[in-house]
Amino acid sequence: MPTGSGAWHPSERELARRAERRRLRVRRTGTAGLSTVLVFALLGLALVLSPGWERVQGTFFSWSAARDSFPLVLEAFWLNVRIFLVAEPAILVLALLVAIMRGTRSAWLAPARIVAVAFTDVMRGIPTLLLVVLLGFGVPALELQGVTNDRLVWATVALILSYSAYVAEVFRAGIESIHPSQLASARALGLGPVRTLRHVVVPQAVRRVVPPLLNDFISLQKDTALVSLVGVYDGVFAARDYASYNFNYTSLVVVALFFIVLTVPLARFTDWLQRRVAERERAGVL
Amino acid sequence: MLRRSAVVPALASLPLLLGAVACAPADEEPTATDPGASASPDEDAADVDPAGCVTDDMLLEDGTLTVGTDSPAYEPWFADNDPTNGEGYESAVAYAVAERLGFSEDEVTWVRVPFNTSYAPGAKDFDFDINQISITPKRAEVVDFSQGYYQAAQAVVALEGTAGAEATSLEDLADLRLGAQTGTTSLTAIRDVIQPEVDPAVFEDTNSAKQALANDQVDAVLADLPTAFYISAVEIPGSTIVGQFQPESGEQEEFGMLFEKGNPLVTCVDAALAAMEADGELADIEQEWLSDVVGVPELQ
Repeated sequence: MPTGSGAWHPSERELARRAERRRLRVRRTGTAGLSTVLVFALLGLALVLSPGWERVQGTFFSWSAARDSFPLVLEAFWLNVRIFLVAEPAILVLALLVAIMRGTRSAWLAPARIVAVAFTDVMRGIPTLLLVVLLGFGVPALELQGVTNDRLVWATVALILSYSAYVAEVFRAGIESIHPSQLASARALGLGPVRTLRHVVVPQAVRRVVPPLLNDFISLQKDTALVSLVGVYDGVFAARDYASYNFNYTSLVVVALFFIVLTVPLARFTDWLQRRVAERERAGVL
Repeated sequence: MLRRSAVVPALASLPLLLGAVACAPADEEPTATDPGASASPDEDAADVDPAGCVTDDMLLEDGTLTVGTDSPAYEPWFADNDPTNGEGYESAVAYAVAERLGFSEDEVTWVRVPFNTSYAPGAKDFDFDINQISITPKRAEVVDFSQGYYQAAQAVVALEGTAGAEATSLEDLADLRLGAQTGTTSLTAIRDVIQPEVDPAVFEDTNSAKQALANDQVDAVLADLPTAFYISAVEIPGSTIVGQFQPESGEQEEFGMLFEKGNPLVTCVDAALAAMEADGELADIEQEWLSDVVGVPELQ
């Protein structure tokens, strides 16, 4: 049905092109789907047909053990979540402080720079695992007046110190990535060093380092399991305890799923955050 | 182009996957004969002659008995953290069993087996593991145990002059901060028998438990009686054994050697243990290494 000469409609050739594209797309999707199903089916088959599968299923994927250990692990895992929620803000503050101290230029602040460098070197140099044991058992052994000997508190402090050292370096990288022209502009506007830092440098730096920050925090979430070294009964320890007592590793799979459930939404959220920032910064360019 | 680019990788991964199936270890003989092997050893043990029992195909390595235990190896079960010296109760038992099975001392090798890997599925890197492992029905679903070679009581260790040392009954213990090692029957005894008001502290190993006790982070720790003796006598100055109790009423808790499920060697080891029990060697070894266990008050 031909329309008026003014209205555009695709030519025969264009329609043919579209049909061809659609055909290719369907075929591509079909092939991708088929190959995916094939590969995963074969992988599953390889797993299930392997001679040890029955034993692996019994010791790693036992439904009854999963049901048994679930409430124990869930209850103990709540502790991991709380440790994480306390440690994360503390780490952000401490790390930013260390990064800023390290970035100072004033001659008077040389001691601050030395402290910042020493802190990062020492805390990052000691394996987190050792730090947890050293603080968890070492500080209470000092028998200081008025200082708690709660293992949970000291283990959490150890995590905060260790991770602050890593995160401080991430912040430093972000701060150093801010172009000197930004500093010059801030100066030109009459901002002092503190206000330059506060309004120009830090906000941009933080935005740039969100992905590595998230990386460190996911890492931290998992390292909350280290508190078990001083006898704090977290989710991973509950799972291991169940496993060792019953000779069945299923509880470890259960707690692994807990961690995945916790980290995946966080990762998607950061992706979304990043995309939003990128879109805003690119506005009008792309 | 499209066909090739999409299909070729999928095809390429085929042999890889099939290879993975093909390379997987073949099903071992013992697994097939499993039910028979694990059901009968107790009755058969007396009829089997331990000396002629072991054949090379039962062993990890021909002509060698490979025995596993955790590291560090604690007193009084081992001496000087060295299982090869034949000193300490479990080391002595292992060498005595080996001798009954016809292995000389230098035909016994030791491997280090962390407790939480001893029950991993698949082939073990030891013929048997001896590491104060309590025999429980759930555990016996995954591994095979020899008959018990020691009957363990639970004991409570506390620092002298603290609230823990004052306890005279299980009820007294319920008000305290208690600790024990992960995965142990001691921990289960706290949870099931004592049921304290504060959740028990769970430790990686007895070393951490001892540290926490010394730091006043717990009031008392539980361990099997011989371990408790060693802790109180040697490791923590000023500590004392408050008392002992049997966690499972009626049924005595026993330590057994741990074998891969279906390992036919269990029958031979059981025969050796039965013979050692019959002629008093096991009692002698116990007398030599664990003789202190008398005179500890029973907690009710």
